[in-house]
Amino acid sequence: MKSEQTTDIELALCTRIKQVLGSSLHIRHVDAGSCNGCDFEMMALCNPVYDIQRFGIDFVASPRHADMLLVTGGVTRHLEMALEKTYAAAAAPKMVVAVGSCACGGGVCGQTYANAGGVDKIVPVDVFVPGCPPRPSAILEGILLALDKLDGSRSAVR
Amino acid sequence: MNQLSKKQLVARLLQSFGKKMLSSRPVQEHETELVIDKADLPEVCRTLVQEKKGRLFTMVGNDERELSGHFALYYVFAFDQLQHLITVKTLLEEADPVFPSISAQIPAANWYEREVKDLLGLRALGHPDRRPLILHGDWPEDQYPLRKDFSAALPVSRQPDRGTSMQYSGRDVTEIPVGPIHAGIIEPGHFRFGAVGDTVLHLDAKLFYTHRGLEKSAEGLPLTKALFTAERICGVCALSHAVAFAQAVEAAAQLTPPPRALYLRSLFLELERLYNHIGDLGNLCAGFGFAVGVSHGSRLREQLQQLNEELAGHRYLRGVIQLGGLRLDVTPAELSRLLTVLEQVEADFDELMDIILSHDIALDRMATTGVLSLQQANDLEVVGVAARASGRAVDIRRSHPYAAYGQLDVPLVQYTQGDVLARFKVRAEEVKTSLQIIRQIVCQIPAGAIWAPVPEIQPYTRAMGWAESPRGEVCHWLMVGPEQTVFRYRIRSAAYSNWPAVPLTVPGNIVPDFPLINKSFELCYSCCDR
Repeated sequence: MKSEQTTDIELALCTRIKQVLGSSLHIRHVDAGSCNGCDFEMMALCNPVYDIQRFGIDFVASPRHADMLLVTGGVTRHLEMALEKTYAAAAAPKMVVAVGSCACGGGVCGQTYANAGGVDKIVPVDVFVPGCPPRPSAILEGILLALDKLDGSRSAVR
Repeated sequence: MNQLSKKQLVARLLQSFGKKMLSSRPVQEHETELVIDKADLPEVCRTLVQEKKGRLFTMVGNDERELSGHFALYYVFAFDQLQHLITVKTLLEEADPVFPSISAQIPAANWYEREVKDLLGLRALGHPDRRPLILHGDWPEDQYPLRKDFSAALPVSRQPDRGTSMQYSGRDVTEIPVGPIHAGIIEPGHFRFGAVGDTVLHLDAKLFYTHRGLEKSAEGLPLTKALFTAERICGVCALSHAVAFAQAVEAAAQLTPPPRALYLRSLFLELERLYNHIGDLGNLCAGFGFAVGVSHGSRLREQLQQLNEELAGHRYLRGVIQLGGLRLDVTPAELSRLLTVLEQVEADFDELMDIILSHDIALDRMATTGVLSLQQANDLEVVGVAARASGRAVDIRRSHPYAAYGQLDVPLVQYTQGDVLARFKVRAEEVKTSLQIIRQIVCQIPAGAIWAPVPEIQPYTRAMGWAESPRGEVCHWLMVGPEQTVFRYRIRSAAYSNWPAVPLTVPGNIVPDFPLINKSFELCYSCCDR
């Protein structure tokens, strides 16, 4: 199975996590109304092929333990409050990565009575990862870009 | 069965309704529609299900005020022996949009009837559960999104929440609320357990958090564009939905795609089943903390999704289907590469099944857990893996063949215990039958075109398409509007049919078994919520 294409990103990730967060990066996933395609690609990051745990990245159960939120879906009416509460509960510096076309701008669902039309309509977003769904390696790159932004604009409070 | 005798059988079936039947007409080759007065709904539907052994296939509410001045309800029943569908249609006055509920006699109708209340304001009188379903408690009670005069783009205010979840009280009963945001990477739903100690007394599932209004936003779209919506109803059932939608359009246009296209559709549908079933079997092991199973399952799934990407350019097989056929062909070299990869996957899969099914703890956790009885499965018209694990023989590839399944040998996998282990085994054996089907396809696939142009469809033609997704049958009901657009699109997924069954299987089990039971059904939320 192919893995060579992600090597550069992997190396950079390891280095950046150590630089800006000290040791590890904890992520909370929020499904804000996705079709589950992005969610499954995120789950694939944990499979033995991508195995993101080897970089010190882990998906955690509570936003209170999380440095970063990966949000999928265009934020449905029924999940707006859940997203707001999860964002409020996340630990600073609260990096937010919008994963997938729906999260980036509503996708095919657009802006309707049931759908807000993008994560940034509800909470601030640091990095947008387009794709329907984005491949696991694209999500990895999005995580890395968010870490890059962390250095300049916000400081990691540890 | 030849066409003549089928015609006679259908006619005989309808005879018993006598004067209740105001009119009847054939819709597609496989469907007859009868119109009745709404007062006769309960009796006609009860006769069709309980005496004539039909099963509720889908139910659709439609705002046809601009066509006939009425709202319309369509109850569709499938007769598997006859390979025929019978639609019971009734009209509701705009001034009096109520109808007698059939849910007390036909429990499978419960959600459908609540849904037409939420989305169209058509109220089922005597319905046993008057809580809203699709729209949650803060939705204004007089706004109905699927009415044509409701504009999808206008924001709708929030009301104080009417509180639609069940509340538990009483000595020693603990209420455990979970979700909508869960601990793992899973879709959102709210589960409320009433537990006594470790044992679950009752479970209430509140879903439809991912309701995106897809049916409304599809209205008015050109059919070719609505295909993109169909592919995005669900990530992991994307291809099944795309095929079902394409078939609905093709049925409306009375078009049969070229034989090669039909074979290729079956090929990709089985590839979708394979990566899902193998991934789901691995993931099921997470329900009892068996990391070896999870890792191997997800590795094999990844291998299959990389194969999808190689063949179709997409890990979830989006962009494969087009109306009238397929967008892409598969070369002989790709087919032989496909067989090589599947051989490797099969060897690893067999080894994995040996590991799991010879592990005492795995067996102990799965056997007798989360039992769905045959009676419950029949009453709720459960479909797919869950139905077949409870001894209910439904597989729409066999009963109403589509794509190339009529030319293929599709064995029925069936167990009777209805527990987590039975659902595990059904999936495991279906992996093997999928592999067999793929090998048949590779041997038999004819040469030729992979696409035919779709003829123009008369406005307000309606048709249905269906497919056996990895989770069970999906049914797409379509009414075409003017200029080849969508007038009404009702998506009934396997998850929609099966979700009401999940809470029934939990009482009597311990709370920590819920994730395992839930994973054994492995239902999508997005498919269900739309």
